[in-house]
Amino acid sequence: MARKLLLANINVPGINTLEVYRQKGGYRAVEKALKTMTPDEVVEEVKKSGLRGRGGAGFPTGMKWSFLAKPEGVPRYLVCNGDESEPGTFKDRFLMTYIPHALIEGMIVSSYALGAKVSYIYVRGEMMPQIRILEKAIAEAKAAGLLGKNILGTGYDLELYVQPGGGAYICGEETALLESLEGKRGNPRLKPPFPAVSGLYGSPTVVNNVESIAATVPIINDGGEEYAKIGIERSTGTKLISASGNINKPGVYEIELGVPVEEFIYSDEYCGGIANGKRFKAMVAGGSSVPILPANLATKTAKGESRLMTYESLADGGFVSGSSMGSGGFIVFDEDQCIVRNTWNFARFYHHESCGQCSPCREGTGWMEKILHRLEYGHGSFSDMDLLVDVSKKIEGNTICPLGDASAWPVASAIRHFRDEFEWHVSNREESQIRNYGLAHYADPLEPLVQS
Amino acid sequence: MADDVKFKVSIDGIPVEVAPGTTILNAARQIGGDIVPPAMCYYSKLEGSGGKCRTCLVKVSKGSEKDPRPMPKLVASCRTTVMDGMEVLNITSPEVVEARKGVVEILLLNHPLDCPICDQAGECKLQDLGYEHGSAATRYEFERRTFEKIDIGDKIQLHMTRCILCYRCVYTADQITNQRVHGVLGRGDASEISTYIEKAIDNDFSGNIIDVCPVGALTDKTFRFKNRVWFTKPVDAHRDCPTCSGKVTLWYKGEEVLRVTARKDVYGEVEEFICNTCRFDKKATVDWVIDGPRHIENTSVISANHYELPAPPPVIKKNLRLQEANKEQLERAVKL
Repeated sequence: MARKLLLANINVPGINTLEVYRQKGGYRAVEKALKTMTPDEVVEEVKKSGLRGRGGAGFPTGMKWSFLAKPEGVPRYLVCNGDESEPGTFKDRFLMTYIPHALIEGMIVSSYALGAKVSYIYVRGEMMPQIRILEKAIAEAKAAGLLGKNILGTGYDLELYVQPGGGAYICGEETALLESLEGKRGNPRLKPPFPAVSGLYGSPTVVNNVESIAATVPIINDGGEEYAKIGIERSTGTKLISASGNINKPGVYEIELGVPVEEFIYSDEYCGGIANGKRFKAMVAGGSSVPILPANLATKTAKGESRLMTYESLADGGFVSGSSMGSGGFIVFDEDQCIVRNTWNFARFYHHESCGQCSPCREGTGWMEKILHRLEYGHGSFSDMDLLVDVSKKIEGNTICPLGDASAWPVASAIRHFRDEFEWHVSNREESQIRNYGLAHYADPLEPLVQS
Repeated sequence: MADDVKFKVSIDGIPVEVAPGTTILNAARQIGGDIVPPAMCYYSKLEGSGGKCRTCLVKVSKGSEKDPRPMPKLVASCRTTVMDGMEVLNITSPEVVEARKGVVEILLLNHPLDCPICDQAGECKLQDLGYEHGSAATRYEFERRTFEKIDIGDKIQLHMTRCILCYRCVYTADQITNQRVHGVLGRGDASEISTYIEKAIDNDFSGNIIDVCPVGALTDKTFRFKNRVWFTKPVDAHRDCPTCSGKVTLWYKGEEVLRVTARKDVYGEVEEFICNTCRFDKKATVDWVIDGPRHIENTSVISANHYELPAPPPVIKKNLRLQEANKEQLERAVKL
């Protein structure tokens, strides 16, 4: 069995209560950090651990913390991004539901490291039960003297608040989240200035994913170097993966980074293989925004090496033959799934969730959705594929926030890898309405790379 | 930092020295000419505007003297401040030209192209933009989104179908009027400028949202369908107004003042905001003191129909003695 850091005690009955959580060694990190370490030492420990942001971009957390501006007399804030709305990702909800104290412990340690006296957990508005769970857990921690004034007699004060989100995917973008938290319309801000300089209420702010914050607990308990021993190269530690789709055992898995994709899909410890004895067709590695890969590229990189669950290996090949770790929303498609329909579905989501602030995303996402809808329902033409690629290029990189990129990548990658299937929808209009294209050659072994 | 510190910036290879804190767009405007990026949503008089339409995207090929790395993505020049030694590419970068073409196409996707019946035609920034940076045909084959026309007050009509969501009117309402009167409802391409329950916009400066609108989404109901702007003749005038500066442009057709607007500069931005009394109620020559004809860029269609004195032959332009001799004629030959 692989090491578990976040979910080690997940099956202990009552782990959602403070009592059981403390019996299992919970809040050791708070005591260790607040009583024996300076805030800078905590930041240093997180830097040593090599922890990378678990929300999608994979930016090193310690580095992000060290960028925080620290002007005199201005409050600093830590905001936890629990607005998990990416299709295919549900790890944060799992964590908040079953082991809420892991997040709260992480929040205390992280807030201490950053010198924040007030911190917020911004939770997606639809996750009302999780908000109640967190509020209850905060009340428990407060009663035990772990939150509030003079925590554990160390003189450090921290107030922790839970804020229900505004009900939009865009509120998961860090600056839109801050706008929403301030009570405004959740539109992303223009950067610079970055939140580390001017964030919540114009004060320096760090926004971190739920899992990143929870991961600081084992880092403080065991030391950053110990954490960095897990994983490969710059992908250190463990990661929660939300596995879904046509697999035997969908769910949230904690993996040590570096597990081969093939093992993750087929081993009984994780997904347990493709459901109903079907064949593997395609995979989305990190939530709907990352490029989709056909079966052959999912398990092997273009160089013919085995693809591993690490930030580097999943991105190997760039946009041509790679994908991205993203937020760990692992979606598996079997041979019965239609990639055109799936791409349309993703495009529909981004069209619906575009905030409408900047023009390429506002108009472009709708355009892509309409073209894909036309293709899926057998009214497309052969030129639509090139048009889609062109539109996606016009959106990508030209928008205020990454939602534009997120809407462009799945479309562009689906056409790059599954162009035959799109063309089949045009050449076999009627047939495409009654049956799927099937596996075709998408799982065929890759041709060896020609050395140029 | 001393006040006289200037940053050296080059835009398309043209050097300029600007004060720290200047945006790339404003640095380009100090140079002037073709290298000024177009701006649909940025409005220098409105704080916080800009960054939304993405037409002003430029490439920063050198970040600064200290950190010469280029910026990874195209940046919105209206909201990016210059650094010392920054090198910017606008019309000399194929990447920028291509991206801008895409933005124009995207802005026109849901725009109705009803220019023949639109009051803004002739002074529409989107027309200029489409003409200068767009492509001749659209690849969009779907139904465009449409909205019902809404009257916001008895003087202003909102035709959301034409709106490009630049947010300028929202900033105007926030910043020059006392209370927030309207905003954006909805999300994505369903978002709309609205007063929520068709509430009248009722304050002394509400008419300025007509002037800041780059397209024909907000129009002056006292002028709607009265005339094409290129048949009217702009004349600067002022009056002693208790609420505003009273400096306006009157748009004449014959003897009649068809509409009153604030004075707009070459970028279509008003010099000073004017009050509703000046704009809607004072439409007689006797109300005004005429300052003289309003100079209109000769690239604008508005100047096309204006009588113009015979242009002097080019030979005069080079000969100082001839210029001296024809001084009076040359002065009159300036297009109005």
